[in-house]
Amino acid sequence: MKKITKEFPGVRALDEVNLDVYEGEVLALIGENGAGKSTLMKIMSGVYSNDMGEIIYDGKDVSIKGPRHAQDMGIAIIHQELNLISQLSIAENIFIGREPVNRLGRIDWKKLNSDTQLLLDKLNVKHSPKELVGNLSIGHMQMVEIAKALSLNARVIIMDEPTDALTDSEAESLFNVVRELKNERKAIVYISHRLNEIFKICDRVTVLRDGKYVGERKVADIDEDTLIEMMVGRKLSEQFPKVEAAVGETALRVSGLSNKYVKDIELDVKKGEILGIAGLMGAGRTELAKTIYGYIGKDKGEIFVYGRSININSTIDALKNGIAYVSEDRKGEGLIVGLSVRDNMSLSALKSLQGKLFGIDKKEEEAAVNGYVEKLSIKTPGIKQKIKNLSGGNQQKVSIAKCLMTKPKVLILDEPTRGVDVGAKKEIYDLINLFKKDGMSIIMISSEMPEILGMSDRIVVMHEGRITGEFDSKDATQDRIMRCAVGLKEEQ
Amino acid sequence: MKKDTIMKLRPVIGLVIFAIVISFMNPRFLTLPNILNILRQTSINAVIAAGMTFVILTGGIDLSVGAVLAFTGAVCASLLASDMNILFAVLITLGIGAASGLFSGIVISKGKIQPFIATLATMTILRGATLVFTKGKPITFTNSEFFQAFRSIGSGYVLGVPIPIYIMIIIFALGFYILTQTRLGRYIYALGGNEEATKLSGLNTDRLKMYVYTISGTLAALAGIIITSRLSSAQPTAGQGYELDAIAAVVLGGTRLAGGTGTIIGTVFGALIIGILGNALNLLNVSSYFQMMIKGLVILAAVLIDRKNK
Repeated sequence: MKKITKEFPGVRALDEVNLDVYEGEVLALIGENGAGKSTLMKIMSGVYSNDMGEIIYDGKDVSIKGPRHAQDMGIAIIHQELNLISQLSIAENIFIGREPVNRLGRIDWKKLNSDTQLLLDKLNVKHSPKELVGNLSIGHMQMVEIAKALSLNARVIIMDEPTDALTDSEAESLFNVVRELKNERKAIVYISHRLNEIFKICDRVTVLRDGKYVGERKVADIDEDTLIEMMVGRKLSEQFPKVEAAVGETALRVSGLSNKYVKDIELDVKKGEILGIAGLMGAGRTELAKTIYGYIGKDKGEIFVYGRSININSTIDALKNGIAYVSEDRKGEGLIVGLSVRDNMSLSALKSLQGKLFGIDKKEEEAAVNGYVEKLSIKTPGIKQKIKNLSGGNQQKVSIAKCLMTKPKVLILDEPTRGVDVGAKKEIYDLINLFKKDGMSIIMISSEMPEILGMSDRIVVMHEGRITGEFDSKDATQDRIMRCAVGLKEEQ
Repeated sequence: MKKDTIMKLRPVIGLVIFAIVISFMNPRFLTLPNILNILRQTSINAVIAAGMTFVILTGGIDLSVGAVLAFTGAVCASLLASDMNILFAVLITLGIGAASGLFSGIVISKGKIQPFIATLATMTILRGATLVFTKGKPITFTNSEFFQAFRSIGSGYVLGVPIPIYIMIIIFALGFYILTQTRLGRYIYALGGNEEATKLSGLNTDRLKMYVYTISGTLAALAGIIITSRLSSAQPTAGQGYELDAIAAVVLGGTRLAGGTGTIIGTVFGALIIGILGNALNLLNVSSYFQMMIKGLVILAAVLIDRKNK
């Protein structure tokens, strides 16, 4: 693939990216969240088309017309989220849409199951082809996906974070399969956040950063530090005017918090402080936020607000105790896009706007909403405008204002600038600094390294549900954060 | 902006055109007695549809309303037959309607059962209970000292206007107030628009669901009282298919079945369209078999037009 470029409205997701994949070789593709790995792989497997650049396959210039076309050419992708139907058997899943049939159109079950058995034997999976996929472990489901790719006679197999949900022993057997595929002269593209895996099974590595091609190295020639430098080595611009605020007493303290997603979390944030939470996708940052906010139940642990232990069993409890959460998923979880700016913004705070006869005090409500529209300079023709007609940045501001209306002491912002343009980003940073000056405590989850470094007073890094590092912002560097985020030990 | 207004007024415009056409075909159509007649006939479906609007706005559905109407009607008639005071009888009947709605609401929210299935179960249970309770025979209460008083709920007039029309107007005024002026109304639209976001906004979505089904059950019971009063007896098979008429009224009124958008004023017009259609076809001497077919086609056409405009 040469000089591949892909643009989405407002962003250039890929900018002249090169990628070479050879037979009998495992290529690692790495980069931070949003570096463009997934977009590139979606172009390669025919989900997206490239705007510019060329794809050369087998020495010929090709254009991939769709997922089916990619499959026919021998390119198979194993997605991060598995695409299997749990109510069907292994064999049915592998050959779905391509079942061998006899002359009458009846499925040839014998052939179906024996073909499947061959594939399973090869992958060393000890399940009957007739076993329902729903009864398998995640690891074995992954194997079924690989078997499906093999059954397509794929020559290029793309694996997107294949070990994310696997146990160590399952991962180990996956590595064996990868090595075997390599011996069979297949080409494999391996995407992973886990650097140690790359050193274990990959031959070459291509690094992307911010949609750009950074470079390609032989794995044997490099070490972890070089790789991390390639992943993060950008200059930090000066768009983050750090505001000094008087840091006060501890506002929120979390102690020993554990559940399915997070383990033994210890953290605190002080009055007038911004605590950044860094980490890669799937590190459990959003789950941690939602646990503190009472949306996900906790198994163990205590939460203190201004020294007082509080019992949070629901979002209602959290809001009552002054903890508010702005979701990373504006349209799915944050806002009701079919309703107006006013209805959305006041939704969490309506209890405090009680008027006469069980009615809402609309005068007071509108005054409050207009106040926030002005304070956050939300661009909308009016407060009755529907959310879906606003730009991403303005939607985000409504989402933040909605939390502010509950008068929170601790504000958790999950990816506050995701999907907003540069200008709105700057405005949101200024607002966050303003809240900080007002004495609010802020927890900011972000996948954007410059944002984390530029805004936070203190930074914690998560990896696989645990906190793996904590830095004062003065001591934090991109390299140090990335080391913790990929699960490596701190230097020295 | 202008197009928006036309969109909103579409049911009204359709209704007016329809009325004009019919009045040319039969001049009796646009006379005061006939209009009052239409309104009175519409009132039962309209009251049920008002409750249904609350439910559908949350993205739910209530199939049990017809069965609630039959069961509560039977209970009411037998309470009166056993010489209970009319006020208590009415309150107990409304309470039973509320309870059966609450039951559906609990099954849906706590049991995490789809509204369609949960209310289908409630409907079947209550249909059976009605037959058991009435032994399959109508219940009369001519011996009750409140016979005349109770009869006037459905058949009486105040200032020349049938009482059910007043009831209908009061219910819609209340419903309009709740949906547009109160917290509960806001929350109902929010829940229908995006349940996840509503939960994350710190609202108790389980309780909201219980409220709307309780409202729907209560109003179905009110319709049961009106119909029992009007017929001076409770029929074991009363209210068959009323749930579908109510749903049709809500959908004709522009409320989306997926929830989140719609108005109770729209429902008024939806119910009126169905009522007027029946009345007009009667005046034109169309057989009741054909009437059903035409009603079905009108619903289909209305919904298709609605879809196209979105």
